[in-house]
Amino acid sequence: MITKEDVKYIAALARMHVAEDKLEGLTKNLTDIVGYVEQLQKLDLKDIKPTSHAVPLTDALRQDIVKPSLSNEKALSIAPEAKDGYFKVPLVIE
Amino acid sequence: MKLHSLTAHQILDLYKSKQASSEEVLKDVLSRIGAVDSRVRAYVRLSNQKSAGEGSAAIPIAIKDNMCTQGEEITCSSKILKGFHPPYDAGVIERIKQNGGRILGFANMDEFAFGSSTENSCYGPTYNPWDLTCVPGGSSGGSAASVAADEAVWALGSDTGGSIRQPASFCGVVGLKPTYGRVSRYGLIAFASSLDQIGPLTKDVTDCALLMNIIAGYDDRDSTSVNVPVPDYTKALINDVHGIKIGVPKEAFAEGLDSQVSQAVEAAIEQLKKLGAVVKEVSLPHTPYAVATYYIVATAEASSNLARFDGVRYGLRQLSANVRKTPVIDMYEETRAKGLGDEAKRRIMLGTYVLSSGYYDAYYLRGQKVRTLIKQDLDGAFKDCDVILTPTAPTTAFKVGEKASDPLSMYLSDVYTIPANLAGVPSISVPCGFSKEGLPIGLQLMGKAFDEEMLLRVCFSYEQNTPWHTKKPNL
Repeated sequence: MITKEDVKYIAALARMHVAEDKLEGLTKNLTDIVGYVEQLQKLDLKDIKPTSHAVPLTDALRQDIVKPSLSNEKALSIAPEAKDGYFKVPLVIE
Repeated sequence: MKLHSLTAHQILDLYKSKQASSEEVLKDVLSRIGAVDSRVRAYVRLSNQKSAGEGSAAIPIAIKDNMCTQGEEITCSSKILKGFHPPYDAGVIERIKQNGGRILGFANMDEFAFGSSTENSCYGPTYNPWDLTCVPGGSSGGSAASVAADEAVWALGSDTGGSIRQPASFCGVVGLKPTYGRVSRYGLIAFASSLDQIGPLTKDVTDCALLMNIIAGYDDRDSTSVNVPVPDYTKALINDVHGIKIGVPKEAFAEGLDSQVSQAVEAAIEQLKKLGAVVKEVSLPHTPYAVATYYIVATAEASSNLARFDGVRYGLRQLSANVRKTPVIDMYEETRAKGLGDEAKRRIMLGTYVLSSGYYDAYYLRGQKVRTLIKQDLDGAFKDCDVILTPTAPTTAFKVGEKASDPLSMYLSDVYTIPANLAGVPSISVPCGFSKEGLPIGLQLMGKAFDEEMLLRVCFSYEQNTPWHTKKPNL
């Protein structure tokens, strides 16, 4: 069971503002979906190792050679706001 | 001659015998788009590319709106990426361009690939060319519809839980999700990084092999790309299935499977037996848990991947009118609230929840363990058989709006396709019949890792002995 307070808390973690009129619908949706995935609690998973990737992967190393990469100008050309070669954001701390 | 109705291999034959030029083919396909796309709405925008493409592989292609292409706007069909012009080409786009391919335009999709109907797009839905009141499936619905409607010769889609195969099934085309690591994900805007894979949507199995020859291969810019040799996939187009062992999971013909789909798939099994294949029953006891597992694993990865859409470096920035927290946090929260659609919000919330302190073990870790069991089921079955056969989707295409208000019932349309993503194995959907309403039905095969050739061989044999791939919708 997910409450409206839970939804507000998760939304804050996800950095997503949820309007008051959307809270009820989201709470119901999430309660339904979490209720559905509860079926996994039935399985005995003792001694089962988790899988994070289907293909066994080791560290992907490459030669330490300098290659052309995205330039500062190109990266900033699509930024919402830039200044002096940096991304500019609203005030972080006073 | 209607060039737009031809397959890529037929067009390549015309190039070879000088009966058609790439300019003529391009012009004909563009006029087809002009004639039908106002009804199908497969494309969200056409490409700026001016040339008709060059060389022997100058085939006009539709690209799902989630693959970075320089000089174009790419949005994942989301408001949060409106106006985003990627400063580089995705690995697959480089390969398409190097091969002289002509990008026609960018195909509609569920926002960030979150959906199974292409209704969750900020541009509105795409319509199924076989029945314009039905969905084309999703999330690569625009790609599948463009091929089915002859608005593209072939297309690229991406598949995280069935997003190539289910729309291929609904639109009556061929769709392949390659083995995880077979095709570069560099420049594919990520949904769930351990599951995503780019693959072809084509008019027949031969074209599927030809497009795989172009896109498959190692890319050191994708750290999960696997460096194993790429075969010539056209060599797998062998019309012979004698002795090939096909496993049919008993769990596949369960409750919820439409009777017309069931009959068509059973008829396909009989046909394959007649052609000499050996069909045996297998058991995949944990596949009924695949959808629940997927909605934990995929949403957890999505919530992490989509954290980058925060209004800082590209895409939408929405400033807050009043200060709630701090100006920068308010900007993140307003940007995401305004730019993301309802389904994206649901999935980010669910993923954040299953990863959050206190719930991680109960949900995310548990999901990863069930993923192990599902993979073990498939590994076990592949000891005894070369391919595993199921329906692609439990139903034919549903009506636009039918499942829009019930996210959970939408998720269940991926019940057959999800296990291949969780296990990383290749899987293909090919047409295997039509319902009495005239809607296409798809047959799904899963194969062993890096054995796309076996899938192509079985599907090619089936296709050569059945008429389904020759049917066209009336538009």
